[in-house]
Amino acid sequence: MPHVAFTSQLQRFTETPDVHTAAATLRDALDAAFDVNPRLRHYVLDEPGHLRQHVVVYISGRRVVDRMALTDALAPDDKVYVLQALTGG
Amino acid sequence: MVDRAWVASRKGLIELRRRAGGWAVERTSFVGDPVSMVLPPDASGRMFAALNLGHFGVKLQASDDAGASWREVTAPAFGLQPDGAPGPAWKVVMVWALERQGDALYAGTLPGALFKSTDAAQSWQLDDVLWNQPGRPTWGGGGYDTPGIHSISPLGDDTMLVGVSSAGAWITRDAGATWDQTAHGMRAEYMPPEQAYDPDVQDPHAIARCAAQPDVLWCQHHNGIFRSTNGGARWDELHAPLSSFGFAVAAHPGDPQTAWFVPAVKDQCRVPVDRALAVNRTRDGGSTFDTLRAGLPQQDCYDLVYRHGLAVADDGVTLMMGSTTGGVWASGDAGDHWTALPARLPPVYAVRFG
Repeated sequence: MPHVAFTSQLQRFTETPDVHTAAATLRDALDAAFDVNPRLRHYVLDEPGHLRQHVVVYISGRRVVDRMALTDALAPDDKVYVLQALTGG
Repeated sequence: MVDRAWVASRKGLIELRRRAGGWAVERTSFVGDPVSMVLPPDASGRMFAALNLGHFGVKLQASDDAGASWREVTAPAFGLQPDGAPGPAWKVVMVWALERQGDALYAGTLPGALFKSTDAAQSWQLDDVLWNQPGRPTWGGGGYDTPGIHSISPLGDDTMLVGVSSAGAWITRDAGATWDQTAHGMRAEYMPPEQAYDPDVQDPHAIARCAAQPDVLWCQHHNGIFRSTNGGARWDELHAPLSSFGFAVAAHPGDPQTAWFVPAVKDQCRVPVDRALAVNRTRDGGSTFDTLRAGLPQQDCYDLVYRHGLAVADDGVTLMMGSTTGGVWASGDAGDHWTALPARLPPVYAVRFG
């Protein structure tokens, strides 16, 4: 099943669980991680639930397309990396 | 003796202590992280720091031991933006002001919203009345893409004034049940002539009140200095030496005639006049000013003191200011003489005693 991992930069602020989830979309996969640590949500998403401007997500090497609804589909063997974008500094 | 001050900077929260040898760095928290505002400890030692993490957003930290240890608490945040709601996105991009009144905390943010917490930042409530002002979606930004609330002045039990860049000053006299524009008398030379005195377009850079006589307010505005002696009902323009442009103002806590300003050339050239740092002080309500320079750099100086970068302590004679290029200076005699902190700091966003 898909695996979600977060940049180690976030560990300075809050717990970042490695999550294996049966989620079929990026949003469901992130929600699985937020279930483990609810505070993580607002580090990754903004108030409307979009990816923060300077957060970037890759799914098995593909940059996420839908940064708002987070509908990018996940295959069972996908690896999701949540990273800080270089646009943020 | 006033012996502690806080510097919110681009790369951390820096605690300063005054000992026999003068002011020095005591401790730094959040090293590397932008700290947009600090609320110094209350009598119990509880304090707050607002972080503006470049990648991960606005965060709020609390300490119950005057900065020795910190824990994350809830940052102000909007609810979901209704479809088609006009104005800037309902996303907090910075906490620009933090104040307390009694047991309540207040946060002013970009975009221009006021939040209140009555549970020590476990939760926040948006001031819907101010946020839902009919003209709010047209408020302009001032230095940022969105408008923002940078000054929060409690004037009495139910009375509070906030400064908005760029939408004037707003006051409630009934604990937030209603809000009214109260920037009448301010002048905006950056607007078309017929709109120069429109209170809704004014850009107060900072507003400070005299604690002992809170009806006396001072405003460092985008293009001038203004004072009100009636709680903001009417503002009168003052004219300071060197320049009336700047960002910072500090109001004497006990003397309504005294305030300090840090002039810069103009909005198109944000450096000290002649690249020599100076402080303007009035002791007669703004009729005259002393220009104070002793101990301040007088050549090749590019230090700009931002809107929260100048503070006066409760004693009315201890002052401190920090600049956008990391200079910090303190005075123990109401600004007559200044001493540089023996450290090169990051760009300073705010200086506060307490």
